[in-house]
Amino acid sequence: MSTTLLVVQALNGLQLGVLLFLIAAGLTLVFGVMDFINLAHGVQYMLGAYFAVAFYGLTGHFLLALLLALGAALLLGLVLEVLVFRHLYGRSHLDQVLATFGLILFFNEAVRALWGSSPLSYPMPEALSGSIALMPGLLYPVYRLAVLAAGLGVALLLWLLIARTRVGMRVRAGASNADMVSALGVNIRRLFMIVFGVGTMLAGFAGALAGPIFAVEPSMGDNFLILAFVVIVIGGIGSIKGAFMASLLVGLVDTLGRSFATDLFRLVLAPASANQVGPALASMLIYLLMAGILFWRPAGLFPAHGQ
Amino acid sequence: MASDAMSPADIGASQSALRSVWPALLIFAVLALVPVVAPLLGGGTYPLTVAGRIMIFAIAAVSLDLILGYGGLVSFGHAAFIGLGAYAVGILTDAGLEEGLLLLPAAMLAAAVFALLTGAVSLKTRGVHYIMITLAFGQMAYFTMTSLSAYGGDDGLTLWSRPLVAGFNWLNDRSAFYYIVLLLLVAAWALCRAVTRSRFGRVLRGCREDEERMRALGYDPFAYRLAATVIAGAIAGLAGALLAIQAEFVSPAYMSWQRSGELIVMVVLGGIGSLHGAIVGAAAFLLAEGLLSGVTEHWRLIFGPLLILVVLFLRGGLGGLLGKVRHD
Repeated sequence: MSTTLLVVQALNGLQLGVLLFLIAAGLTLVFGVMDFINLAHGVQYMLGAYFAVAFYGLTGHFLLALLLALGAALLLGLVLEVLVFRHLYGRSHLDQVLATFGLILFFNEAVRALWGSSPLSYPMPEALSGSIALMPGLLYPVYRLAVLAAGLGVALLLWLLIARTRVGMRVRAGASNADMVSALGVNIRRLFMIVFGVGTMLAGFAGALAGPIFAVEPSMGDNFLILAFVVIVIGGIGSIKGAFMASLLVGLVDTLGRSFATDLFRLVLAPASANQVGPALASMLIYLLMAGILFWRPAGLFPAHGQ
Repeated sequence: MASDAMSPADIGASQSALRSVWPALLIFAVLALVPVVAPLLGGGTYPLTVAGRIMIFAIAAVSLDLILGYGGLVSFGHAAFIGLGAYAVGILTDAGLEEGLLLLPAAMLAAAVFALLTGAVSLKTRGVHYIMITLAFGQMAYFTMTSLSAYGGDDGLTLWSRPLVAGFNWLNDRSAFYYIVLLLLVAAWALCRAVTRSRFGRVLRGCREDEERMRALGYDPFAYRLAATVIAGAIAGLAGALLAIQAEFVSPAYMSWQRSGELIVMVVLGGIGSLHGAIVGAAAFLLAEGLLSGVTEHWRLIFGPLLILVVLFLRGGLGGLLGKVRHD
């Protein structure tokens, strides 16, 4: 009983971690290459989910809706790059924070105005809607496994792209020293746009995948954005590998903490106080983890700049 | 040794700072007249409530300006201090403590302790790291309070009575409460002004401009920044306590990260590094919010793009708009 619960929650944690990675990957690359703090990255995640809702309503087909949502997220990201972000590279972090905060206010409200405040949802594809028995007495939804697999697949693709291709080499070089890369004749603006577009698409993809599991609602991206920040701080800014490891770590710690903290405290505390302390501590857990890691390794676990 | 760190810029700053008392005094005078003038214009108690709210957020904005403007620290978790101050009042009132002269210092202490603990970690980092970590700590406080079901959790906590002041029931009187808040705003402004104009404040600004050089001069930037963070946290905690008393209600929404963002917007609107500017910024933000939300419930659709335009085209806040750009 307890082991099956542990396995289920560990899988849930990994799945949360994978979604987090899809968001954090774009965010960390944009930080690393452009030294740009984009608070509106969580908005891309939210819009991915809303686009999927809208396209599912139009087409009635999950995969088609997913692909169209991906395209729409990319398109919107590029439009925003041209309209807003482009003018913020090289500005102070404070300016970047404020302008992208303005974008969050706008898009959260726009979504509320267009689709209403109540949570929406769209069904998962028929073929993935069942559950399979992983162990005797342990049924796990196929769709959640598919999300896990898709996330791991994208992570692998991203790693191949960055470690094995010419563009990836430039991105890595840009993360170490953007000025030098520019001086060597690489069109850094175009590189920025590519990195930005890929990051945007990944966040939108995460949102579209998450739609059938979590509620699609305004501000759904905000919490993920902040979790992604925690991931990046733990993993080290600009490091894809760090983002991957830290995503899984944060996903696991958060999910397992929420599931088991209260039970653990019951072992040492009276049930009434355990019911108070457990959830409160569980929600602090990843931040305490972050504080602890920062205390010993201020640059994160896998710093990209090799300082 | 008072003149050892006085650069020409500092001397200029102290001269202009002498002049800069007047805008602040003017603001305080206007605020002091609100309870007198408002009844003549009609509108009942609404203007008093709005002005009170503006003053409370102005206290928080002034405290944020101390570390954001003078310390150069883009703290994205300032609302957590407000929330902790509010919860200190809520929880202690719930426990039966009614004396405001104990409640307000307790709120400031709670926020100051949180500022000390989180600042000790976040100030080890720079730039983007610092922004993200303060944001994360703010969320930590937020989620902790939403999961504290004994104190209302998500739903918040209602204060069944306003605290007393030295045994007197002043806080229940609208005007008396208003003037107490005004007094505390003046005190917060005066304290921050004294801090920024002291040797401590010059070191803090020096660390903002050139950390390495200050280190070479023998100063420890970390210690100065931490001290400034604790002072700012305590003042923001006071604002939170007043907010709780005014609303007779405490909720985790006080410390949501959007609130932290709004506080930054207030400081920037008023012009960074200008303490009376922070008061103007708080007023401008809350009045714009009230005005725009009267036009449409989706006022953020207008405010968001407006904010982007301000950042892209208007440097130096509203003061810059009026052609009074001050740099100190």
